[in-house]
Amino acid sequence: MDGGTFLRPIGDETKDLLRFITCGSVDDGKSTLIGRLLHDSRLIAEDQLEALARDSARHGTNGEKLDFALLVDGLQAEREQGITIDVAYRFFTTARRSFMVADTPGHEQYTRNMATGASQAQLAVILVDARKGLTVQTRRHSFICSLLGIRHVVLAVNKIDLVGYRQEPFDRIVAEYQALAATLRFASVVPIPLSARDGDNVTQCSSRTEWYRGPCLLDHLERVDIGAEAESARFRFPVQWVNRSGADFRGYAGTVASGRIAAGDEVVVAASGARSRVQRIVTYDGDLSDAEAGSAITITLDDDIDVGRGDILARPDDLPEVADQFTAHIIWMDQDALVIGRSYVLRIGTQSVTGSVTSIEHKIDVNTGEHVAAPTFGLNEIGFCNMATALPVSFDPYESNRRTGSFILIDRYSNRTMAAGMIAYASRRAADVSWQPLTVGKAQRAGLKHQKPCIIWLTGLSGAGKSTIANLIDQKLFVFGRHTILLDGDNIRHGLSRDLGFSEADRVENIRRVGEVAKLMVDAGLIVICSFISPYQAERDMARSLVGEGEFIEVHVDTPVDECARRDPKGLYAKARSGQIRNFTGIDAPYEAPAAPEIHLATADETPERLADRVIRFLTDRDYL
Amino acid sequence: MPPRHLKRLESESIEIMRDVVAEFKKPVMLYSIGKDSSVMLHLAVKAFHPAKLPFPLLHVDTTWKFREMIVFRDATARRLALDLVVHVNQDGLARGIGPISSGSSLHTQVMKTDALKQALDLYGFDAAFGGARRDEEKSRAKERIFSFRSAGHAWDPRNQRPELWNLFNTRIHRGETMRVFALSNWTELDIWEYIMWERIPVVPLYFAKPRPVVRRQDALIMVDDDRLPLQPGEVPEMKMIRFRTLGCYPLSGAIESAADTIEDVVEEMRSARLSERQGRLIDNDDSASMEMKKREGYF
Repeated sequence: MDGGTFLRPIGDETKDLLRFITCGSVDDGKSTLIGRLLHDSRLIAEDQLEALARDSARHGTNGEKLDFALLVDGLQAEREQGITIDVAYRFFTTARRSFMVADTPGHEQYTRNMATGASQAQLAVILVDARKGLTVQTRRHSFICSLLGIRHVVLAVNKIDLVGYRQEPFDRIVAEYQALAATLRFASVVPIPLSARDGDNVTQCSSRTEWYRGPCLLDHLERVDIGAEAESARFRFPVQWVNRSGADFRGYAGTVASGRIAAGDEVVVAASGARSRVQRIVTYDGDLSDAEAGSAITITLDDDIDVGRGDILARPDDLPEVADQFTAHIIWMDQDALVIGRSYVLRIGTQSVTGSVTSIEHKIDVNTGEHVAAPTFGLNEIGFCNMATALPVSFDPYESNRRTGSFILIDRYSNRTMAAGMIAYASRRAADVSWQPLTVGKAQRAGLKHQKPCIIWLTGLSGAGKSTIANLIDQKLFVFGRHTILLDGDNIRHGLSRDLGFSEADRVENIRRVGEVAKLMVDAGLIVICSFISPYQAERDMARSLVGEGEFIEVHVDTPVDECARRDPKGLYAKARSGQIRNFTGIDAPYEAPAAPEIHLATADETPERLADRVIRFLTDRDYL
Repeated sequence: MPPRHLKRLESESIEIMRDVVAEFKKPVMLYSIGKDSSVMLHLAVKAFHPAKLPFPLLHVDTTWKFREMIVFRDATARRLALDLVVHVNQDGLARGIGPISSGSSLHTQVMKTDALKQALDLYGFDAAFGGARRDEEKSRAKERIFSFRSAGHAWDPRNQRPELWNLFNTRIHRGETMRVFALSNWTELDIWEYIMWERIPVVPLYFAKPRPVVRRQDALIMVDDDRLPLQPGEVPEMKMIRFRTLGCYPLSGAIESAADTIEDVVEEMRSARLSERQGRLIDNDDSASMEMKKREGYF
């Protein structure tokens, strides 16, 4: 192809952007293909070519020739090991389109990286080695692309030079792939025979595969119609930020996720049902009469209704789901496995709520597509599960809308992104459940007792002195004439939680039960004293989230582990150290000390009596008593 | 109207900026006065229109920028009524650190990297917009849009968060910060084409003009003031030059060019056969040197 083809006239307003992903194993020549696309579309600068020649001589696997893979393999360690372990984004441009390529790893241990690349892609180039045919990887990559909503696939049968440019192996691979694709949700599959190393059928049609009549890869990428992708036409506008400029301007800034909106159209806030009309569509370049998917705009409304970050505006006759229970596919992305029942931060669109996986339906074997039973999901595992959120969220099924049906789960303690999810359907719609209105509320019950109900949550190692201090607090409050209840770890484990052990999952469930019981008692107007090791910040935060602002007082009973072991009132440390007890907090199970407790009690310097008084003083100072 | 691919990039950047303002307590925009900063600033004005920018701009001044850059910076701040913070590493200045006396690597470390960290700590910014792009350099191709920095501003490639769809994990603990690269998916050509379509003002040094230059290590260095030492008998030569990247003037190599309008620059870019970093003298030593700098807290 001659160089001039890539120069385009100034003023071409139709030029668009295509984002695609390349999938394949290291040996399939994926990086080589991308390097070749960049090189042949003349985007490799002279100084980069010189560096490539130097690097090829040092690390290359292509003899005297340039090793194009070295152009795209990024970080130092990866270059030396000859593998790609992260997602790298590459850019090139032609007269018709601008391209962004996600180059992702092929190994099973990098499923999460592939999912990351696929989440933004409109098309996938799936590489297959012409000599080897379909492999387990091909199946896995195709499944992940389909699950992530990619509808257009190029089956790149690479290394066609190594099978003598013959049609027969190509036809056989294509037939096999068609059978596989029939089980997936692709709208188009275009097979192309090519050699990334030599450039056949990459940017120009090769004379060595005369039997092939289709387009070369670049030609296809430039022309493939991705508009036909089942992009939802239903109007969805997730509000990102409320723009208050001066006294009288109140606009809702966001990007149209799907569909189209015009000034004068009626809109509804999905979660609240509040209605209004679009007054103006404001942009820096002037007001618009209408706006379509992908436009970053600011909407003003006719009426002063309650709208904030996280709300979705939609049309009155076409609302998204609003639910607090739903089913979803999730891809686990962290070393730490999923803990059923643990509350995570769930970010969906511009909404952030706490949410948890309540149960697993099945895990999916990414290599075969089979459904298998599983107690949890570990790193790179994919499965289908039931989820619940603390507040109803607005969404669409992922299949009908990638922007409003996707979410991530974030660990509340470490802030790591734990998982990515795609919603299947709502299992309990907010509209289906009406809460029994309580005529006698928390405030009335508390007023009768002349106190402010709250949870005093003592956390610390076994033997730290929690029970001793909790009992003293209870007695002192009783003397003041306050209505209290004491929930103690050992007692709860003999009754309410006697079916639970000490695994991480059981500890989470134990604290969830205690949290729920404590919440009911706060509703009854009581001051609830809880004494639990409660080693995980996430569960303490979950208990906190069950009650109102200021109703949860976290007390860290802080005693060094050596001191606890020295006291060892129940002889447990001795047993743990000799291995008779497993999962013992502080010995072979972790304790996450509170980062910002309301009260910190260092037990080394003061008597339990004085420490209990400090808690009472806190309650008095802040008008609980 | 700019072509669709530029409108898409524009919308994506605006969405990222709005997310930062909604989720962080005290964001700042790092303003380097260059072309990428000019585009980033223009996008920010668009993102929050009609409100004024909800964050300040921070310029880390090494005291060795081209004089025209400083003039342009101050004019831009006045034109857009910006809240502009200028920070200089006073300690480095007192120690006499400079690109000529100390060498480019120590100068960059002290007057740029250390200075940036100082300023972020001093003002307590929890998110900082930067104009870096993924197409600039190999190790940047894998950089996240939201790049997490632990307390002390360190970047750990193993501790970066996966970014799926447009869902960013913006949560940080006290003391930790986020660098946000809102132009990640733009290429150098996109930047120039957008500047052309939107008529965005940029420093005149990007356009060709006869300027006094001397040759240093295969690079054309402009004699911007009398701090650049000349060889005995050396006389700066007037050449028709322009710059593809701007930084400290003794470290910025010029290119010979006749492109004196934005249309000419775009045309020249389209047929460019050298990458833009080629003119920068700070990362020629090793193809992995950029990665090292990033770990230390430079972008």
